[in-house]
Amino acid sequence: MGVFKDAGHLFRFTGLFVLAFLAFLLIRGYVVPKTFGQYGHYRAAAIGEIAGRPVKFAGHKACEDCHTDIVDVKMKGKHAHVNCEACHGALAKHADDPTSMTPTKPDTAVLCARCHTASAAKPTGFPQVNPADHSNGVPCETCHNPHSPAIDGGGAK
Amino acid sequence: MNISRRRLLILLPAAAVAWESVLAGTPESSPNYKMSEHWWSMLIDIPKCIGCGNCVRACQIENDVPEGYFRTWVERYHVTDENMTSPDVMSPNGGKDGFPSVMEDHGKYFFVPKLCNHCADSPCTQVCPVGATFVSPDGVVLIDQKYCLGCAYCVQACPYGCRYIHPEKRVADKCTLCYHRITKGLTTACCEACPTGARQLADLKNPNDPIHAFLKTHSVQVLKPQMATGAKVYYNDLDGSVR
Amino acid sequence: MSGVEGFMYPNEIELQWSVLIVLYPFITGLVAGAFILASLERVFLVEAVKPTYRLALLTALAFLLDAPLPLQLHLGHPERSPEMYFTPHSTSAMAMFGYVYLWYLMAVLVLEIWLDYRRDIVILSRKSKGLLRLIYKVMTLGSSNISPRSLAIDEKVGWVVTLIGIPSAFLLHGYVGFIFGSIKANPWWSSPLMPVVFIFSAMVSGIAAVMLLYMSATKMRRKAIDMRCVDTIAMYLFYIFIIDFSLEMLDLIHRIYEADESFRSLNFMVHTRLYFSHIVIQIFLGTLTPLILLFLTQVVKLTEVLRKRVYATSGCLAMIGIFAMRWNVVIGGQLFSKSFLGYTTYKMALVTREGFLVAIGLTILPLIFLWILVKLLPPWPEQSLHAPAPGD
Repeated sequence: MGVFKDAGHLFRFTGLFVLAFLAFLLIRGYVVPKTFGQYGHYRAAAIGEIAGRPVKFAGHKACEDCHTDIVDVKMKGKHAHVNCEACHGALAKHADDPTSMTPTKPDTAVLCARCHTASAAKPTGFPQVNPADHSNGVPCETCHNPHSPAIDGGGAK
Repeated sequence: MNISRRRLLILLPAAAVAWESVLAGTPESSPNYKMSEHWWSMLIDIPKCIGCGNCVRACQIENDVPEGYFRTWVERYHVTDENMTSPDVMSPNGGKDGFPSVMEDHGKYFFVPKLCNHCADSPCTQVCPVGATFVSPDGVVLIDQKYCLGCAYCVQACPYGCRYIHPEKRVADKCTLCYHRITKGLTTACCEACPTGARQLADLKNPNDPIHAFLKTHSVQVLKPQMATGAKVYYNDLDGSVR
Repeated sequence: MSGVEGFMYPNEIELQWSVLIVLYPFITGLVAGAFILASLERVFLVEAVKPTYRLALLTALAFLLDAPLPLQLHLGHPERSPEMYFTPHSTSAMAMFGYVYLWYLMAVLVLEIWLDYRRDIVILSRKSKGLLRLIYKVMTLGSSNISPRSLAIDEKVGWVVTLIGIPSAFLLHGYVGFIFGSIKANPWWSSPLMPVVFIFSAMVSGIAAVMLLYMSATKMRRKAIDMRCVDTIAMYLFYIFIIDFSLEMLDLIHRIYEADESFRSLNFMVHTRLYFSHIVIQIFLGTLTPLILLFLTQVVKLTEVLRKRVYATSGCLAMIGIFAMRWNVVIGGQLFSKSFLGYTTYKMALVTREGFLVAIGLTILPLIFLWILVKLLPPWPEQSLHAPAPGD
């Protein structure tokens, strides 16, 4: 009995601890997100939030649904597997509502050079030219149809 | 501290409101997509890469990547016979604006596109103290930016340098493998924009995915296999000098 | 980008962990070290260091209160830090920090100090007036029982708490070492020796800090320094310093001899960007010099005045050396590329949230905490209070 009386202050200290712990559990129950732990140690709802972000590149299928004439030209040439937005840029807005924005025509002098400027660093089989020597300032599309670039091919102008 | 008291008073209720949305959670946006049916990865075909930087630009547009930070980037290696293990590497602005032409032909050159390897045993998710980054059930390493503390421990733990702290959001940021696209049946922005097919999104759980045929006939490797991260970005024809 | 040499992965150019993260292991190290010094008297019965017992405990508490501040300031979202308590991630080396910290703060330090001072607190709560009286009253937790029997219980419980406190102090700081040592991606950090090196360097810095604080506080109070006490502390400092230095050299020699894939890159870094802070400051100025000085006091009979000066000098140098060690670990580990092909530069800002001035402030803050604690709970032996006569 006497020991308990003389250790009373220790029980007070312990009591404070227990109280704090209970308060912690209470708060924890409220603040931990509901979907936390559904699939693992994370907030499962975050997956849906990330999946819900807006798309900016429409994807070539969206383009091909309408621009069938271009697809026909493209499929015959060497650029058959180059997706539309690789050159024309992100156009999800245009795909969603074609009237809301019309894409600007890329400048072939810049566009073609990006891939086809000669460099020893590029794979050897890849068609490369030195733009200055090759065309002497004449725009690429004068001779090459960007959608089917080979001059002797069906797509040449 | 650069948060003044007045700003703090405005911020506190805002933070409370923000927390409400964290608690509630939003439903999945693509009802036809089943996470359990996919296991995403990517194939990088090094001999096809021409270093045009299209992927880097597309990624920055698609994901609003802040200037000077990279979710994907391209490195150019120059390996000479005398220096097989210490290559000369460059990645000016992450390869976003392409690479300067080289005319001399001493040694070999090649391009290596890099991105998050979406490791199955990812060191970055292992170290996150609060569970703000995780491997999703379909195998994509994602960041819950409403939950991230911004401690940067994951940035330190990534052996590939794929993570950064977003300068405005002040949370960790990195490649999501365009999770918002692949769950809608699209490919990633970088793959969409790649003119040569050097990058291919692949679903290892889909038996009809062309990656299975490719892996049968090619010698592929992951980056830093000694790190045992279970990396899922497969490189075809990867040179031993690549770090 | 300026400051980059060779090739860095583009996201690596900017350092993630600043001077504040250098400060954090330095400060927790002081906590752990000061506590170990206190436990020398309590558990290992080294009577000579008794004059510093209470001061060491208060020092540990003052620095522990400061320890989470650099972390908080460094976080991108400090307001989310309670998540560490609510959803700690079991596989993260960092997740347990909150719990280890709270355990050490409440279950070890506060409890031990409270038990040790309880008699004084009760007496002071009767003697003092006004706000101070209220503070002491709260600190008694409403129990004014200071009967010999209750004090005997306190003594016993306090001993047990100290006993638990020693592994806890090791845990607190070894754990900080593990945060770095467990990062396999970073060869400069990844080492099983890291937690051990952190513990011993913590003991060096903590013991040196308490020794310096004791000497300067005694001087300021115009009292005589207890030379037997300081001699003993210096002896312990010397021996622990030798262990610490041996461990660090073991790590270094191991790296040099193994010379794995990262060696060329790290070796170059140590000889260039880290040369001054690692070789000059940490090893020569901060370790070898104080070790030689302390060695002299052990083998040569020096006068009291000379000994005091040597102790003060080697104490200061040891603190500088340990700070440099933290700097070289934290900053050094981020200067080289994980491609092992290049190096970046750390530029410390002056007035930003993670800048130089904040770092200085966070270094001074624990001294202010300590000053308040010392005023509130006087640790000096000659000020021990006599219980007022019954009925007072």
